[in-house]
Amino acid sequence: MAARRTTVLDWRTLLAWLCALFLLVAPPFLSAYWVGLLTQAVILGILAMSLDLLIGYTGLPSLGHAGFFGVAAYGVGVLSTTYHAGVWTSIAGGFLVGTLLAALLGLIVSHVRDVYFLMITMALGMVLWGLSFRWIPVTGGDNGISGIPRLEGLIGLPSGPVPFYYVALLVFAACMLLMMLLVRSPFGLTLQGIREHEPRMRSLGFNTWLHGYLSYVCAGAFASIAGIIWAYYNGFVSPTYLDLTASSELFLMVTLGGPATLVGPVIGAGAIVILKNVMSAYTARWLLILGIVYIVTILWAPQGLWNLGKRRSA
Amino acid sequence: MESRKATVRLKADTTHDRFANVVSGFSRTTAIAIALICAAAIISAQTGAPQTPIKIGFMVPLSGGNAQNGRDILNGFLMYLDEIGYSAGGRKIELIVEDDEAIPAVGLTKARKLVERDEVHVMAGALLSSTGYALAPYITSMKIPMVYPVVSADDLTQRRRSEWIVRTGWSGSQPNHAFGEYAYQKLGVKSVVTVALDYAFGWESVGGFERTFLAQGGRIRQKIWVPISVHDFAPYLAQIPRDVDAVYALLLGRSALQFMRQYQEFGLKGRVTLIGGGTTTDEHVLPFMGDEALGTVTALHYSAALDTPANKTFAETYRTRYKKIPSYYSESMYTGGKWLIAAINAIDGRVEDRQALVEALRRVKPEGLPRGPVELDQYGNPIENVYIRRVERVNGQLQNTVIDTFPGVSQFWTFDPARYLSEPLYAR
Repeated sequence: MAARRTTVLDWRTLLAWLCALFLLVAPPFLSAYWVGLLTQAVILGILAMSLDLLIGYTGLPSLGHAGFFGVAAYGVGVLSTTYHAGVWTSIAGGFLVGTLLAALLGLIVSHVRDVYFLMITMALGMVLWGLSFRWIPVTGGDNGISGIPRLEGLIGLPSGPVPFYYVALLVFAACMLLMMLLVRSPFGLTLQGIREHEPRMRSLGFNTWLHGYLSYVCAGAFASIAGIIWAYYNGFVSPTYLDLTASSELFLMVTLGGPATLVGPVIGAGAIVILKNVMSAYTARWLLILGIVYIVTILWAPQGLWNLGKRRSA
Repeated sequence: MESRKATVRLKADTTHDRFANVVSGFSRTTAIAIALICAAAIISAQTGAPQTPIKIGFMVPLSGGNAQNGRDILNGFLMYLDEIGYSAGGRKIELIVEDDEAIPAVGLTKARKLVERDEVHVMAGALLSSTGYALAPYITSMKIPMVYPVVSADDLTQRRRSEWIVRTGWSGSQPNHAFGEYAYQKLGVKSVVTVALDYAFGWESVGGFERTFLAQGGRIRQKIWVPISVHDFAPYLAQIPRDVDAVYALLLGRSALQFMRQYQEFGLKGRVTLIGGGTTTDEHVLPFMGDEALGTVTALHYSAALDTPANKTFAETYRTRYKKIPSYYSESMYTGGKWLIAAINAIDGRVEDRQALVEALRRVKPEGLPRGPVELDQYGNPIENVYIRRVERVNGQLQNTVIDTFPGVSQFWTFDPARYLSEPLYAR
């Protein structure tokens, strides 16, 4: 048993390092289009990891997580176009508005669990979408906000997809490191305890409400970071960033990749970004293929790709 | 080559005389061969670039709720490309189609793919205004000419125009400026309630109508905005006072069908005249409507029932090919395609010169368009006819019969462009 576990761990670690090496070295040799896709994968990877804190580690399935991502993006959009704020002000503003919103909404949602949590986060996500769509003087409604300046130029890097990619990769690496530390810290272990058996954790004297709340805020903060880079990457913000489709696609990234692994959701995000873009270039029926991939995953790898062959401790 | 050298050597061994002959013969052959190769090289150098196909990148929503409209746009384009045998300016045309899912960020990713990976020379497409706005900065920064056949957001050719974007469709307020005047003068409508989808397209259409209608002395009693995801019009229809002269409706797709049905159920049909923006009775929904739609008067730059030879041919061919009536979406990229090909022909297929291509796009004036004569103004928006259409049943089928025509309508109507642009964009 022990031996088998080691070997299983080995191919996983090897694959993870190979991916990391590829992400670090390959982009200068790839075409601009592929660098763009990798940039998307890396940014959505941050977002998927942040949702994994909730779904995987705390056991709180959120269907409104794209809300924070979008709100932070709108923060950057509004500050850098309407108010012509500097780059650092815009970034700080986007981060603060996303995180504070998570702190506020967390007060509402962290009292409920399971399917009720799913429903209430979905409802709040829809509210945020509605706000972005209807608060026209600020958000520009359906048309969104375009004309966000390029990030590379603002922070003194040569412009182009590759420098931007490395900025995104750096942020990604920092976020991943922080989240790894978080889930291995006593705080993170408590979260996993809550996921497994909340009444027991409560009887052990843990303030489970506060833990759930803080986990929600942390997830919101990391999602905001992803939203900020996304806004700069696309150069515009629109309500589709935070609609239900975005949130559910994000949910699928986490479940496809494997919750409670951090690496898994990144793989899920990368797989979906690349599958979508590569397949849709060849066939108009790409949604069908994506659907089949989801079904196959649910049937043969219900714990996600990254957990394939791993026996989950009950 | 090797065997030939051997032959030469063999022959050279025989006699001195023949040796000389062979050598001179050989060198003559060589010289001719070299000359031929050089000539071929020169010819291919001259025509080498134009021999590669012209790549056109095209994107519309092909999945999701807007897929049908996207499909119509694509159909029109495919039909035109078939007519010209996929060649223009002496070069083959390669069409690369992408699905933008009606999501702006996806549209941008697809645009990047078309430009950076497929290296297209020119792009066309997009349906939604949000996608149109999202693509604009990228198109401008990459200096890729792009044709917008449908996107109707006013500001794309007004306050936020790009020199690389050419619109062959229309701007949202354009037909409505004409319609506001028409409703007051010809339809005798003095007071109106508007029911419109609550997003930029709705605001701009109603805004255009309101402006000229008020200027005539008309009165807008109430503006009702319905969310684009509307399922039930009951709460909105209940607000309409029965003593107004007309209801102006701006809807499309499913919402238009639902509205028509409920308008009749509420007993409004026959009591309050129904007028509206062109999409409310456009041919993408008209075949699915019944008698409840009869008599609705709308304004648009196209009608499938337009009685001109060019349109009759177009509509007939389209109908045979796709087994349905062309909508304004179908016509949009037939005309857009014709426009694009005319520009490519005007520069003899040298699409690598993007500046020349975009200038040609702004300059050309293709003839025989289904919708009638069109030319671009200096802002990149068409000046075209606006048709006032009434829904009638002809040979058992509903159609938008053209009852009046405003020729050569500009996006600025009769206003001074500079002053028009200094005023804010139409909003709620």
